[in-house]
Amino acid sequence: MSDAGSDQSEGRVGLGRRFWRSVFRGPLYPRDDRERKWVVVNNLILHFRPVQLPARSLKYTHTFGLGGMSLVLFLLLAATGVLLMFVYEPSPERAYESIRALENEVFFGKLVRNIHHWSANFLIAVVFLHLLRVYFTGGYHAPRQFNWLIGLTLLLCVLVSNFTGYLLPWDQLSYWAITICTGMIGYVPLIGEWLQGVIRGGPEIGSATLINFYTFHTTVVPVLLIVLMAWHFWRVRKAHGVVVPRAPGEELEEKPESVLALPNLLMREFAVALILVAFVMAFSVFVNAPLDAAANPGMSPNPAKAPWYFVGFQELLFHFHGSFAVVVIPLLVAAALVLLPYLRYDHQGEGVWFVSLRGRQLGVAAALIALVVTPLWIVLDEYWIDYAAWLSGLPPVLREGALPFAVLLALIVGLYIAIRRRFSASRVEAVQAMFVLLGVAFAILTITGVWFRGAGMALAWPWNL
Amino acid sequence: MSDRRPEVETKGPDSTVGASSRRSFLWKIWLGLGGLAVLEYIWLAADFLRPRGSGPADDAESIIIAGAVERFSPGSVTAFPTGKFYLARLENGGFLALSRECTHLGCTVPWIDDEARFVCPCHSSAYDMRGDVLNPPAPRALDNYAVRIENGIVKVDVSRPLKRRSFEYAQIVLP
Repeated sequence: MSDAGSDQSEGRVGLGRRFWRSVFRGPLYPRDDRERKWVVVNNLILHFRPVQLPARSLKYTHTFGLGGMSLVLFLLLAATGVLLMFVYEPSPERAYESIRALENEVFFGKLVRNIHHWSANFLIAVVFLHLLRVYFTGGYHAPRQFNWLIGLTLLLCVLVSNFTGYLLPWDQLSYWAITICTGMIGYVPLIGEWLQGVIRGGPEIGSATLINFYTFHTTVVPVLLIVLMAWHFWRVRKAHGVVVPRAPGEELEEKPESVLALPNLLMREFAVALILVAFVMAFSVFVNAPLDAAANPGMSPNPAKAPWYFVGFQELLFHFHGSFAVVVIPLLVAAALVLLPYLRYDHQGEGVWFVSLRGRQLGVAAALIALVVTPLWIVLDEYWIDYAAWLSGLPPVLREGALPFAVLLALIVGLYIAIRRRFSASRVEAVQAMFVLLGVAFAILTITGVWFRGAGMALAWPWNL
Repeated sequence: MSDRRPEVETKGPDSTVGASSRRSFLWKIWLGLGGLAVLEYIWLAADFLRPRGSGPADDAESIIIAGAVERFSPGSVTAFPTGKFYLARLENGGFLALSRECTHLGCTVPWIDDEARFVCPCHSSAYDMRGDVLNPPAPRALDNYAVRIENGIVKVDVSRPLKRRSFEYAQIVLP
């Protein structure tokens, strides 16, 4: 194949054909398996995919195509983002006006902004679901341990990208959301004020903040994302594709039946990509990206909320002192996520949804506990718990930070030990139950912040907001 | 593949212990220089990202002339949007310039005249006329600014907000 177009025939073919062959050295339309393999190996983009893979890992409900969907959304974001850069002017005086002009005067400007906005929001949701899929199918054990870390870094980049993009329209929504989020950074002990100054580019949100955010949003983070994505995909290929699915208790055969990536995998991925693009397009035609009044530093809206993916942290601030809500708890959660693949597990349950049947039962139990305890804690804290009155002798960081945190920690550790002893669960099952517990709790915090917080951020029903 | 790899490390007659330690020494130098270049870039980037526009402000710009003492009746709060502060005249006739930034997360607090308190719209922290916390989550009193009264004219220095835990009598400036 590689010697297609040998020296003898070179003289007789025309320039166009010779040029074509210099670009595509192999067959453009592979006809047999040998040619298909050749194409996957030698194509710049396709070579990130494996040449062949176990037939059973093709099953859609094993991965839901979430990784590929993230890539498609990134490509949509890049394509629309470049267009937006031609119109957008990153200065407090011009930013809002340029977005207004984009929406009202530029050809399909509103649609392009909608696609960018909704793709960014879907991307957050999809990468979170991707993380859950990988975790719950045990795709983080060796040899995929380090790829889990690359994935976490990618998640961080996606969050930073969304957050920096949130400020750019310079409307009331974005201005105050960024005020609140950078205000949270002020609670970091010792370096908080310095860090806040670096991120804002000065003591308050202004043109330096906008330039910082714009630069990170349009250059630093996208470049990091591209490099990390390439690394992420390459590590998947080096691990011989995704973890192979199996039923609880099922042993995998030594040599599972394997199929070629082209067409089996690539056509499936292409179909998912097309459906997703169609969905984002249709959604963006019918639902407009929000644009509030121009930013007014003199008037905070009521309520002022962080972007929805950070509302969980904002909600945490109502229940814990700032140094715990912003520093201790997020850092501990991040450390736990980093350490997850490196814990010593007695058995792993790779490829089995929720490790085992007992893993599933414990996961459901943990989810139910979180579903009861979290709303209860939120409501009690709002209407009944009054640390300041009960423990007026203690400093706030102890009575509103260390004390509730110690209670929370005791609950988690106690539950973990109980699960290990009472149900003789293996470590991977017990850790998974805790993962479910904290994941559901965070989801409830986010839902509360988005739909159950009204004027003055008091608890309210969604229909009264 | 591996058996055809060219021998890069030639074991010639001069390849003695001295040569190999020289090589490792040079290798460490290169490594160190590379590390230094990376550090230099990080230092440069940190310097570029250093907070801008917070340098020593121009005196003429940072002093706001609020007006004559008589203009403010005792027990009143006047907003100064240009200086981003409130001038409070307490019942005893003393002045206090309060930052309008909530100490919780930095929202702008409006003065509610009917309730005689500042109420933050973001998380309903409340402060009294002296800036003291009436209602959490605000962790401490509103920042204040230095007030000077010269020849019956109230002047406020907005170059630097003064952080404080709570109101103290010494913060009041009497005419």
